[in-house]
Amino acid sequence: MSGLISLTLRIWRQRSPDSPGAYASYRLEQVSADLSLLEALDLLNEQLISAGERPVGFEHDCREGICGSCGFLVNGQAHGPQAATTVCQLYLRRFNDGETLVLAPWQAKAFPPIQDLVVDRSALDRLIEAGGFCSVNTGNAPDANAILVGRDQAASAFETATCIGCGACVASCRNASASLFVAAKLAHLAQLPQGQPERAARAEAMQQQMGREGFGSCSNQLECEAVCPKQISADWISWMHGERRRTAGSGG
Amino acid sequence: MSGLPDPRLPTGPLATAWRRSRDGLPLISPLRKRQLRIVVVGSGLAGSAAAASLAEQGYQVQLVTFHDSPRRAHSVAAQGGINAAKNYANDGDSVERLFADTLKGGDFRAREAGCYRLAEISGAIIDQCVAQGVPFAREYGGTLANRNFGGSLVSRTFYARGQTGQQLLYGAYQALMRQVAAGRVELLTRREMLELVTQAGVARGVVCRNLLSGELETYTANAVVLASGGYTNVYYLSTNALKSNASAIWRAHLEGALFANPCFTQIHPTCIPSGDAYQSKLTLMSESLRNDGRVWLPLKAGDRRPPDQIPEAERDYFLERQYPSYGNMVPRDVASRRARELCNGGHGVGPGGRSVYLDFHDAIANQGSEIIEARYGNLFEMYQRITGDDPMAAPMRIYPAPHYTMGGLWVDYHLMSSIPGLFVLGEANFSEHGANRLGASALMQGLADGYFIAPATVTAWLAEQGATAIGPDDAAVREACLEAGQRAQGRIEALLAVAGTRPVDSFHRALGQLMLEHCGISRSVAGLGAGLAAVAELEAQFQQDLRVPGGADEPNGELEKALRLSDFFGLAQLMLRDALAREESCGAHFREEHQSSGGEAVRDDQHFAHIAAWEHRPGAAPIRHQEPLSFSLLQPSTRNYQ
Repeated sequence: MSGLISLTLRIWRQRSPDSPGAYASYRLEQVSADLSLLEALDLLNEQLISAGERPVGFEHDCREGICGSCGFLVNGQAHGPQAATTVCQLYLRRFNDGETLVLAPWQAKAFPPIQDLVVDRSALDRLIEAGGFCSVNTGNAPDANAILVGRDQAASAFETATCIGCGACVASCRNASASLFVAAKLAHLAQLPQGQPERAARAEAMQQQMGREGFGSCSNQLECEAVCPKQISADWISWMHGERRRTAGSGG
Repeated sequence: MSGLPDPRLPTGPLATAWRRSRDGLPLISPLRKRQLRIVVVGSGLAGSAAAASLAEQGYQVQLVTFHDSPRRAHSVAAQGGINAAKNYANDGDSVERLFADTLKGGDFRAREAGCYRLAEISGAIIDQCVAQGVPFAREYGGTLANRNFGGSLVSRTFYARGQTGQQLLYGAYQALMRQVAAGRVELLTRREMLELVTQAGVARGVVCRNLLSGELETYTANAVVLASGGYTNVYYLSTNALKSNASAIWRAHLEGALFANPCFTQIHPTCIPSGDAYQSKLTLMSESLRNDGRVWLPLKAGDRRPPDQIPEAERDYFLERQYPSYGNMVPRDVASRRARELCNGGHGVGPGGRSVYLDFHDAIANQGSEIIEARYGNLFEMYQRITGDDPMAAPMRIYPAPHYTMGGLWVDYHLMSSIPGLFVLGEANFSEHGANRLGASALMQGLADGYFIAPATVTAWLAEQGATAIGPDDAAVREACLEAGQRAQGRIEALLAVAGTRPVDSFHRALGQLMLEHCGISRSVAGLGAGLAAVAELEAQFQQDLRVPGGADEPNGELEKALRLSDFFGLAQLMLRDALAREESCGAHFREEHQSSGGEAVRDDQHFAHIAAWEHRPGAAPIRHQEPLSFSLLQPSTRNYQ
């Protein structure tokens, strides 16, 4: 219980992809500091609706940091100032009374705008579609314990598999690169025996698709790691760059 | 449609029932499969698994989801794990034991054959997920790790830290995207199903609203699969994702699909309570916290002192007092009920007196802060992130929150609803959890339905239709699509035309409060009756005073919410009716009139050992059909935790 807070929200408003956008300012007066930033937007939207205005569009769903739906820039930072946090888990008590927050959508060529803070991230699905899977049909799996995976190796694969596909890494990168997203999926599957047969082909296909979608190349600034809500290490990007050499001649 | 269809339960010994049923199902040639279309609604565990598995067989599959990506579905948030009767721990587990735990856990209000099949398939699910690369926790030797989970004496829960649902969903999602790449699944994201298309009483397709353009789109198919999840958001504040909704199953119900046991809803005792009126979500905290945390409230009602100023003698460790042998570890429904009673009696703490303390002080004193920190550190961090308070320094505050719905559309043993050609999977159906779901079994059921049951039974139904059946492009089907489209159009126009003053959420919050009060942890004749009247009145206000800004032909989140809430009103009233008609206490359904002198639930097997399946009648009260339950391997027994 941290009392009440007043904030100014400067929010990017854009009705549709082809209409012009602009920032608009809104005041939140004396609201509970125990609200999340998204709950503050809910509250603002109720006020806008009552005043006959169009509410602010933003993506959200689980509100517990796991579905990956939410995400926008808060004062230029993807998901805001708190580390390892999606914007749905960012609480107003994190800010100072009277502060101004600038809320803007992810900006990347591969993420076309839709409305207000909402962008189209389906390019990330197409990266997975390019090869982010093990080709195994339902029904032809061996007994689960027939595939042994060392405890630490499994834990490391898990760490990379926790990516929630929110797009913050892309939004924070100067080149709007999806390198961390792709490296995380490649590393998840390459660290497991199940991922070996298609390892080389997967690395090739996913990286090529990244270019086709209009994502840039890695800017080596590690911003992606800094904003990743699941704290996936950017070391995996360097690892990814070695995959071609490591898997050369494997034919997979 | 009238009456209850044959549930098509297997005959003969349960142990071989599913195999015998499956082996007797008709098949379809691979060539013909390529000409058949299946539309799947929902991209969670059940929907993604079914869509991928059906596409692998050669069908043309279309997958509808309101999310921007299939990976967002709420299965992603499941924390604990997934049960399987592998007996890897060599602690005596077996299919029979998992079956018995599931049936008992559901308080004998589920079908024996369904529970048995679920236990039998459980092992193959783990095999499948591991083959996909799901990174389950492992032992040093490389084998899979297992842990204990509530309500079980064996270690059979497979897990991926606290993110098991996420990892299983990504496995299914990746299998799905592989089929998208192969051209056998068409992804229809950002579309919400608004109507089921039926023609001559058979499911023929769905009408969806494109959430970007607002256009109404029709997708016809040879079979329709609903895997759209549960309806817990009827309570507004819950552990569910905010957009989870009942519209797909409710619209199917209005088209003739029976709705089974709608009052069977589960409340989870350990959630972060609500504080501000604008709080949007109740976050689940793992039940494992009750292993070391002690639940207490001030002995004196209305005691507003901070917890550290309430001396030991003035604290009531009420679960330990009322249940000396189980103490803080009593089942979910019991813990929830006792907390609610005391809060209603004025003992509750926190904002509005709607929470209880979960105190780690003694555990820290006895075991040391390092051990407690190591055990619960991630949960404490989550709690602190949301509330701003540190559980190592002061007791946590928790309160029960709606979490899961056991009820859903009635399906037969083939997972087909009472509308031929309409299959319902996962939480959207009413199947194996009876009156109460055990921990780590929702993921199991969603994947059993999606990977293994539906691919066999949908094929069988399509085979039975033969090559001469009416196809999805038939003129009669197109006619039915037009009608369904007009129904959807009419509803949208009606909502936009209200032009009142109140936003959707204000009505949803009010509905949630009514349902929590009258159809939540504890239910009574008077409360349910009052609830029915109040919900009807609120619905009337909604129809007169709603304000939805914006138009129908653009992204309009408020219109989406209004459409969902209008369906929740109907469902809420059916839940209240069902709770009123079930004159017994069983599992999570507690009727105050049916309790022992000690306040424990009293089940009535003589009159209520049945599934209640409700039939919608336009303009008239719904009819309650009964499907009797019989038990051969295990006889109903009474729970006792004292």
